[in-house]
This record gives sequence, structure tokens and C-alpha cells, in this order.
Amino acid sequence: MSGRATRTVVAVLVAALTVTGCGAGDDRASGGAGDGRVTGAVTVFAAASLTESFTRIGKDFEAANPGSTVTLNFAGSSALANQINQGAPADVFASAAPANMTTVTEAGNADGAPNVFARNQLVIAVPRGNPRQVTGLADLSRPGVKVALCANQVPCGAAARTALDSAGVALTPVTLEQDVKGALAKVKLGEVDAALVYRTDARAAHADVTGVEFPESARAVNDYPILALKDAPNPTGARAFVAYVRSTPAQAVLAEAGFQTP
Amino acid sequence: MTQVRDHTAPRRRGRVPAALLVPAGLGLLFLVLPLAGLVIRAPWTTLPQRLTEPGALTALRLSVQTATLATVLCLLLGVPLAWMLARVEFPGRRLVRALVTVPLVLPPVVGGVALLLVFGRRGLLGGWLDATFGITLPFTTAGVVLAESFVAMPFLVIAVEGALRAADHRYEEAAATLGASRWTTFTHVTLPLVAPGLAAGAVLCWARALGEFGATITFAGNYPGRTQTMPLAVYLALETDLESAIVLSLVLLVVSVGILVALRDRWMTSA
Repeated sequence: MSGRATRTVVAVLVAALTVTGCGAGDDRASGGAGDGRVTGAVTVFAAASLTESFTRIGKDFEAANPGSTVTLNFAGSSALANQINQGAPADVFASAAPANMTTVTEAGNADGAPNVFARNQLVIAVPRGNPRQVTGLADLSRPGVKVALCANQVPCGAAARTALDSAGVALTPVTLEQDVKGALAKVKLGEVDAALVYRTDARAAHADVTGVEFPESARAVNDYPILALKDAPNPTGARAFVAYVRSTPAQAVLAEAGFQTP
Repeated sequence: MTQVRDHTAPRRRGRVPAALLVPAGLGLLFLVLPLAGLVIRAPWTTLPQRLTEPGALTALRLSVQTATLATVLCLLLGVPLAWMLARVEFPGRRLVRALVTVPLVLPPVVGGVALLLVFGRRGLLGGWLDATFGITLPFTTAGVVLAESFVAMPFLVIAVEGALRAADHRYEEAAATLGASRWTTFTHVTLPLVAPGLAAGAVLCWARALGEFGATITFAGNYPGRTQTMPLAVYLALETDLESAIVLSLVLLVVSVGILVALRDRWMTSA
């Protein structure tokens, strides 16, 4: 769809130049793709934990590139990787874990190598005010403390497992949630006393949730890679968006959301 | 009951009009093709070892148990509710009927959150249940049964109410004139009269409960052996291993189709 749109724009541009000698008539054509500027739709598949920051970065990108629109599709990284490998028309993939990026690169769907643009760490999310006075991982194994973790199959679950193992804390969670937002929701609703979630998720939910930092999270840091996709309908837009995410203004947005930037 | 047979028996012979045959065939293809996709993509060579993984069998057992318990709960509460809707004139009956169908249109995840707001630790009833009886429902197998019942009960109520409305009132009236109380009439006349509709509703309810995902993971969470039913196991397997998810889905499919066919032969045709 947008590939066709880009081709149409190029065709109009060529026709306009040939007939009139300059781009007097069509605004879009005169600002077209020929001079390296970005137009048309850029479709970005991004991990659910990027929802807040990429929504803002997408708007900033549109403002910096008049004539472009950014369409964002947020879901679990593994679901997105599956959709891309099944032929979904995406331009950019931003994953919450290198493993899901590897799924895409191994299937031959990458345009170039992935770049790490952000890192995320776990915190202990507790109800606002920390009523159970949780100060570290060891407090989570106290009797009567209900804990939600992510399932081992998703990145936040694997990171939680690593952190708990390196702290030597054995605990039985009451639930293994299918994603980080599920674990966070259980804290917000007051059904559990604590959950291990990303710092960014805890920060986004600061009205209901307090994030307790703990030292072992440094051993379970999650890298977020991004790349342009080989079959991107809008390759120019794809590369420009990837470059923009690594630019200073976008990195500031990510840092504000609680990410560490490389 | 003879009426039911008459409906299903082909009364008229002759050519099936193409205007019906073609869309019927397309409809069937539309429903069956995705299943064929699962069967074709299934990793048949590694199937035996994947099937005997303890996690898969645990999830399957839990699924069948909770769906059956949920169906029993739906029968106990849903049949009287359907009877009230079909047989008793009371103000606001249309509103009640609309309310009964709410779980059908509500996204199951929202249903799960709604259940938490009532039966959760800080819920309207949950706090009281915990303080008075020490009962907590979220993250327990009982919670799974509750979530499945919430989503599946409308299927039973609608099926049974439809059967009650279609049933011949005169049998009940005859029983009443012969001096039977309303309860005796219900148990000895009404229930046998609508048995096929009841069975169909129960089967539909069981099937819906078996496939339930959203309300279950939201209300009861996901923990192997306690609340991880087959659909939850399938969803998590999808995160890492597509083939494993396909195998689990096939198992669920084979078991449910097997049980449904067995029940159909046993009850729905001979009843």
C-alpha cells in the first residue's frame, strides 16, 4: 500500500519535472523522495514496553519530517517477530530482547545488522507507598508476600529468573504472567504485593505503583535492538526512523522514560 | 422429542440449489481450512515426545477438570435462570435477559478484571470472603472455574431458554391441572421435555469453558498445575516455540472433538 504510494509520488515527481521543468504544481511531489527526504507512511513494529516512549518519538519524527506519518504497532516482541516472518508489511522492528531480533535476522528479513538503542532493568513494583516495606529481593520470599513474575518464555521473565538466581532467592510466585503489563496490572489491582517489572513500566505507572531498585538487576539487563526490514514498503523511511531513534532528541525521550541509553 | 427428529430429518428430496450449496461450501471451508493449516504444520516426527511432556498433560487435565466443573456450576445456576426468563413474568425481564448476555460481548480480559474488582483481595466481596472464611479466589483453581463459568454461562442460558420457549406448554399445563406443584412439574415434565436443548447448551458451555483464555489469565493468573489451562499453555508456548504451540492446540482439538462426538452420539440423538 505505502510502497505503491511512494512509487506514485516518484512517478508524479518525474512527470512534473519532465513537463514543467520544475515542481510548481504538486506540493507532495516537490517535497518528494528524490532528494533523500522522508515522505509517506513508516510502519514501526515495537515491543509493548516501548509504548509510551515510541508514541512520543513517532510524533517528533513526523514533526521533523513533514509529509511523513508514523504508524506504530505495539505487542510482545515474539508476537511481532512472528508477524514479520509471516510477511507483515512493516518497515522497522524494535525488539525488547536480542533473541526475538535473531528470529527475524535468521529468517533473512533484516536490512543490515541490528543496533542496540536502549537498555532496560528490572525493579520491584509495589503498591504506591510500599505498604509491605519491600526493600530488596529477599523480602519477596517472606511468607504471605504474594509475587507476580513474568513467565520464563518472555524477556521480563527470563531477566527475573536471572536476577533471582544471582541473588540466591528462591520464591514461588502466585502467577507467571504472559507479559510485563500483566504483572504490573496485578500490582495496580492490589492482587499481589510485588512484581518484577521493567523500570520503565513502573515509572509509567507511578500514580499507582512505586518501583524499588535492587542491585541484582544489574546482572539481568535487557538490550533493545532496532533495525530496518528488508521488505520494507518504505525503505527510505525505515532507515531514517532507525537513525532518528539513535539521535540525541529520541535518546532523551527514552532516558526520561527510564531506559538506559548506550 | 419427535419434533426434534422431524426438524433434522431431510423432508424434501431434490436438487440442492446452488445459491445455498456454494455459500455453504465456502462457509465450511472457511471454518475447516485453519484447522487443516494446524494439521499440515504440525511437527509429526517429534509429536510423541512433545505429547508426553509432563507440562502438556498437566495443563490438559486441568483444562478438562475445570471446564467440567464450570459446566456443572453453570447447570446449577443457569438452568433455573433460563426457566425464570422463559416461564415467569416479572418486571424488567427484558433487561435481565440483556444482562445475561453481557459476558458474550464483553472482551474476556475485561471480564477477568471485573471479576477481580468483585472477588479480588480488595474486591467488593473478595475482602469479606477472605476476612470471614479465609477464602481467596484469584490465583486458585477455583478461580479458573469461576472465570470459565462467567464466560460460558450465557451459552447455556440462551440455549436452555430457547428450548423452553419452543417446548409445548400444554404438557406443563396438564401436569398442573393434575395437581402437580410447580417444582414437580419442573423436574418431572419440563426438564425431560427440554433435555436435548439442555444437553446442547451444556456441550456448548463446556466447549467455551475449555477454550477460555482472557478471563482466566486475568482473574486466576498462570501457574502450572494450579491455574495454567491448555489455552494459557498454548499462548506461552507461542512465545518461544511455534511447533510446541501447534501440538498443544492439536491435543486440545482432538480431545474436545472426541468428547463432543461421544456426547452427541450418547445423548443428543438418543434423548
